[in-house]
Amino acid sequence: MSDSNIIPKWLSVGLIPLMNLFLAFCVSGLFILFIGENPFRAISVMIKGAFYYPGAIGYTLYYTTNFIFTGLAVALAFHARLFNIGGEGQAYVGGLGVGLVCLVFDQHVVGFLVTILAILGSVIFGAIWGIIPGYLQAKRGSHIVITTIMFNFIAAALMVYLLVNVIIEPGQMSPETRDFASGVGLVQIHILAKYLGLDIAMSPLNLSFIVALTVSVGFWFLVWRTKFGYEARSLGHSETAAIYAGIKVSSTIIIVMAISGGLAGLVAINELLGVHNKLLLGFTAGYGFTGIAVALMGRNHPFGIFLASLLFGALYQGGTELDFEFSSITREMVLLIQGLIILFSGALAYMLNPLVERAYLKYYGNYSSA
Amino acid sequence: MKNIENKEGSETIESLPSSTKLAIELKNITKRFGHVVANSDVNLKVSTGTIHGIVGENGAGKSTLMNILFGLYKPDSGMIFLNGQAVDVNSPEKSIALGIGMVHQHFMLVPTFTVLENAMLGNEGSMFLQSGEEFALDRLRGLSENYGLDVDFEAIISETPVGMQQRVEILKALNRGAKILILDEPTGVLTPQETIGLFDILRSLREQGVTIVLITHKLKEIMSITDTVSVMRGGKVVANFSTEKTSPEELAENMVGRKVLLSIKKPTLKVGNPVLEVKNVSHESKDGVNVLKDISFDLRQGEILGIAGVAGNGQSELLDILSGIETLQRGQITVNDKTILPYQDWNSKKAREFGVAHVPEDRHKRGLVLPFYNYENSILGYHRNEEYSSGFLMDKRKIFNFVDDLVENFDVRPRSSSISSSKLSGGNQQKLVLAREIESNPKILLVGQPTRGVDIGAIERIYEDLMKLKSKGTAILLVSVELDEIMSLSDRIIVMNQGSIVGETNSSDATELDLGKMMSGLEKV
Repeated sequence: MSDSNIIPKWLSVGLIPLMNLFLAFCVSGLFILFIGENPFRAISVMIKGAFYYPGAIGYTLYYTTNFIFTGLAVALAFHARLFNIGGEGQAYVGGLGVGLVCLVFDQHVVGFLVTILAILGSVIFGAIWGIIPGYLQAKRGSHIVITTIMFNFIAAALMVYLLVNVIIEPGQMSPETRDFASGVGLVQIHILAKYLGLDIAMSPLNLSFIVALTVSVGFWFLVWRTKFGYEARSLGHSETAAIYAGIKVSSTIIIVMAISGGLAGLVAINELLGVHNKLLLGFTAGYGFTGIAVALMGRNHPFGIFLASLLFGALYQGGTELDFEFSSITREMVLLIQGLIILFSGALAYMLNPLVERAYLKYYGNYSSA
Repeated sequence: MKNIENKEGSETIESLPSSTKLAIELKNITKRFGHVVANSDVNLKVSTGTIHGIVGENGAGKSTLMNILFGLYKPDSGMIFLNGQAVDVNSPEKSIALGIGMVHQHFMLVPTFTVLENAMLGNEGSMFLQSGEEFALDRLRGLSENYGLDVDFEAIISETPVGMQQRVEILKALNRGAKILILDEPTGVLTPQETIGLFDILRSLREQGVTIVLITHKLKEIMSITDTVSVMRGGKVVANFSTEKTSPEELAENMVGRKVLLSIKKPTLKVGNPVLEVKNVSHESKDGVNVLKDISFDLRQGEILGIAGVAGNGQSELLDILSGIETLQRGQITVNDKTILPYQDWNSKKAREFGVAHVPEDRHKRGLVLPFYNYENSILGYHRNEEYSSGFLMDKRKIFNFVDDLVENFDVRPRSSSISSSKLSGGNQQKLVLAREIESNPKILLVGQPTRGVDIGAIERIYEDLMKLKSKGTAILLVSVELDEIMSLSDRIIVMNQGSIVGETNSSDATELDLGKMMSGLEKV
């Protein structure tokens, strides 16, 4: 990713992403027009659906939580120039960690403790799913993109096997575990608010959101304030310089992938401990993949990732509303809009740069041979 | 600092005999990259059948100008005349068709092709290779004999010496009908003998009417081969001279814009005990080539030991092993009385702990993490030290204090800790790397190509810093392909050729010719 040297930062990280977004919405509007609906009405439904209706914000932030975790996971790896496509699988296996901890301990240990252990479980299991490709990259030279993609498939197959044959609730048809004991889990915000005497609409938003924000701050600290972050970034920018500086390349790769996997694994606490209260098939629902777009859009910075996550959270939630409101706008149409946003802010992120550069130079470009 | 007023270029050019025809005339060429002005209103005149030198520091705009002439860049404004006719050179193909040939600093040859196949590339002469080759061989033989371009047409390029590769490049250009030849830093990879050979070729080309533009930063070469010379600075041509009427001092002054001292005061100092002993070190590269063969030498306190040699004769590998980047395979190294044996735990981190600092040959790939800020780069390799950190955290305040002093004391410009190092000039990047390594108070400093791509002003400063370090008793191992540099800085010189040490001499006894012979492996001492 090469940021322009010519234009100031407020343009390159402020205005240009907004312009990309605007373009994506324009093109989406054309498609909506094409199927005979009013794009302005659609967008107003989307915005209302994401922020205005009772509980809408809660839903939006609940999705946001997932994207923060997976976005950070991709971003961390990217700082060490590792393209971790395996967030999906790492989140999934993180869920196995949560599930196993809860199923083993929830009958014997107090709920609060089980929840803490389950959070650790999600991190550790996710980390393991990151470490293996990391190890293969560091020691065996297997390309991390290939291995992480394959590990998504392995994770999916493994979970189907386990949920269908091993940890399924006996006597049940759907591939899910039994419910975790009451007392286990992360409390939802609207319930918490009720204790505090506030009345807010019901939504799946839970304490995981706070965890996500805390982790974001920790991420910033790790990457820009610790020796380890320094070493990882050195490695990411220049492996030769890292070797020159005496940085151990392979162990840095493995640790980065461990933390990255752990971050992705945290999706499981939002989904399983915060909402479903059991382990079930396919709970990751593509959050891991969307995390790539989130990290790309958020320029691998936790604040950017928060904003990008919020955007995608709003799209998910607003998109559902769109689906409800218009008979002609289907789930696929919402996916199309999301795809366009990923296309414009991810793949075409630098498309507008030359244009803006030229315009900038035209207005501020009184440069002689200084 | 006194700035020299731009000399009126026209003055000297008018003095050229008016009867000479101009092969190249550039009028008011301007080229911008973003808001960087690479060429500003450049005028240049080169007479047919002469050798014209262009000198200037890095970033002065020499290469941009030649790339414009060769059609790689399109100028924002200005005109190009070839043999008196205005032309529009919008692509290399066009420029080749117009009779311009360019020999790039990094050769554009296909390493797995033969000399013949490379030389005929772009002018195959026939649809079928067989007849084309025969046709080309005839013509190339003619050219080769005509100009003394001695090559072996059967040889595979990757197996030929660089000197021959360069001759192939020249042949290739001539084969495409070049009447104007641009050579970009042609002597950087050559031994002194090969350079002499190249100059003979250039002279015979000139005799037969070929016009040559020579880009170089070596003033000595300008003086010995060119007829006229232009000096570029800051994107402009600041002076034109007829070579016989100028001097290296005058050229250097114009290049930098102020007076420069090119001589070095070497502190006289008694050398102390050996701090680095290298014994029978051999090394095999990943492709199974013996890049180092039985290397032994020692390096003493307060001594500068120069390693001369044409690039690629094992010097880089030697530096890599001594600095811990590569594993030691055979032999032994003793650093400050600590002995390192083959395949022992030896890495850059440990080397630094043992007091070995390293200014790497390639500052872009090794010495700096380019996108990093200066404050991040100034602790690269030392970031684990207590001074810059507390526990697992980096201490930004301490780092900034350190870096603010560093850029001040070593004159790194701009004096900023929080500017990306990629925005510094080559010279200032090098000063930053050197500053970092010197500030670690090393017992031994390994220096590779300290002035490669560095402007004269910075070179002056770097030499000064090295001398200061030497007088503090640090032992310095200097690897450089610049013979002048080796000869003027070192106390003792060893010469490497094909992975072996082929000679050793005191720098006071060394002559360029002797060293050159050893470098080319002709003579063992």
